[in-house]
Amino acid sequence: MNSERSHFQDGFVQALLAPDAEVPHHLRALVDQPGFCVYRNTVMKGCIDALQANYPAILRLVGEDWFRAAAALHVRAQPPGDTRLLLYGVDFPEFLRGFAPAAALPYLHGVALLDRFWTEAHVAADAATLAPAALAALPPEQLGASVLALHPAARWAWFEGQPICTLWQRNRGTEADGSDSTDNGDGLVWTGEGALLTRPAGAVTWTALDAAGCAFLDACAAGRPLAQAAGEALACDAGTDLASLMARLLQAGAFCSTCPNPSLDQEPA
Amino acid sequence: MRTSTLTAGLGLKAQHFDAALACAEPGLWFEVHPENYLVAGGPRLAWLDAVRARHPLSLHGVSLSLAADAAPDAGHLQRLAALAARTEPVLISEHLAWSAWRGTYLPDLLPFARTHEALVRIAGNIACTQDALARRIAIENPTHYLRIEGNDWDEIDFLHELSRRTGCGLLLDVNNVYISARNLGFCAEAYIDAFPADAVMEIHLAGHTPDPLLGQALLVDSHDAPVAPAVWALYERLVARIGPRPTLIERDDCLPPFAELLVERSQAHALLQTVKTACA
Repeated sequence: MNSERSHFQDGFVQALLAPDAEVPHHLRALVDQPGFCVYRNTVMKGCIDALQANYPAILRLVGEDWFRAAAALHVRAQPPGDTRLLLYGVDFPEFLRGFAPAAALPYLHGVALLDRFWTEAHVAADAATLAPAALAALPPEQLGASVLALHPAARWAWFEGQPICTLWQRNRGTEADGSDSTDNGDGLVWTGEGALLTRPAGAVTWTALDAAGCAFLDACAAGRPLAQAAGEALACDAGTDLASLMARLLQAGAFCSTCPNPSLDQEPA
Repeated sequence: MRTSTLTAGLGLKAQHFDAALACAEPGLWFEVHPENYLVAGGPRLAWLDAVRARHPLSLHGVSLSLAADAAPDAGHLQRLAALAARTEPVLISEHLAWSAWRGTYLPDLLPFARTHEALVRIAGNIACTQDALARRIAIENPTHYLRIEGNDWDEIDFLHELSRRTGCGLLLDVNNVYISARNLGFCAEAYIDAFPADAVMEIHLAGHTPDPLLGQALLVDSHDAPVAPAVWALYERLVARIGPRPTLIERDDCLPPFAELLVERSQAHALLQTVKTACA
């Protein structure tokens, strides 16, 4: 890739993404034509539109002008690497965390992370969810030694000291049960919140999850058996109701049926 | 399915899913950008499966970057082949352009000089794509906004030679011809008349808009408006010469209601039926 054609493409990309930089001499005659702006505009618009589509809660929180100005800076710093623009922007939450004009909005990073989780849950591989009955049928000693596999669509996080999930839900426009949000009340309680996003029946849904629940899922994701995961949850919050937590996780479709324990039944996807 | 049963199709967007699924117009087919479906699982693929169960489907790629000075991305090709195996599309097409370079994706269809070197590289990339997909694909003529120095080949000869070397078909986008002719100052009718009829697997029709600053001096391939009367006229001229071919109404932005797109689609369908009768 050291040919004249490669040289042309190197310069063209440079001229597209860094309009203020010195345009390579061999491309001056092209870049000076009015038509070059069509490419510049289309490339930038395509990337910014993709970020806007992938981060709807951030868009609603900061407004379109602010969003597109910030997105343009991110595009120049980290243009897409993958041709699937629906996956573009994995680094956008981190960009917002370090973005000086967003210093007064410390919750943007967490809200962006949940937007990203939604995308990842939306495109994750299909898998049957683990049926609650299958787990209930296991004798206690076997249950404790079981390692549960997380569903490919499951994403969760705990946000210490910030009501990220409430902020996200209010600006994403969906309630935890999937219905449209109509709650625009401003009674925000500035306390930590966690969320679990899953895709139990074809569509992404989310459920609130406390710090102990997140610790439990972290342990499962690390391949630890249930007894150990339960220990992690209790270490986080000694008052955790494990049966209730387990029921909620199963109900949400957090686990898939590809469990190493062969006695577990499958539930159709 | 044979493409001879297809008449006019529509570019399909998620907003029109229910209407598209329910529609039973004869000869109707749908085209999507595969990039939006190259995912591991989830509702997008389920949606595409449902459309495919009711209608013929065409995959129109925008990012294989066949005109780059590099081989197509192996991962992309593999995912495209898997999607094609899953949906069994009646047509697969790509552009005579580049859009990915040294690990960066530029979401546009970028230009190049039609040199001998370019011809060899692009023919190799098309052959490699057809091998990966185990089928013939169609290559679309680009829209031009720039005068590029150093062309060894005329565009039609270049496309014809690619077809001759690789066996690929061609997708003739009439709107691209009209815009390019206006922007660069050549005769659109002469281009339409000289295009190799036998290689045309598909035709595209779309709307365009004048550049906000330069107006009619620079037309932009925006796909956000109805097909212009001048483009319809070129289309009629084309099918009168080459006969009926699957024709797509391509709309990507400022989406009108589905019924409105169906009216535009009916215009192409009716014309194809007329030409078919005349050829019979």
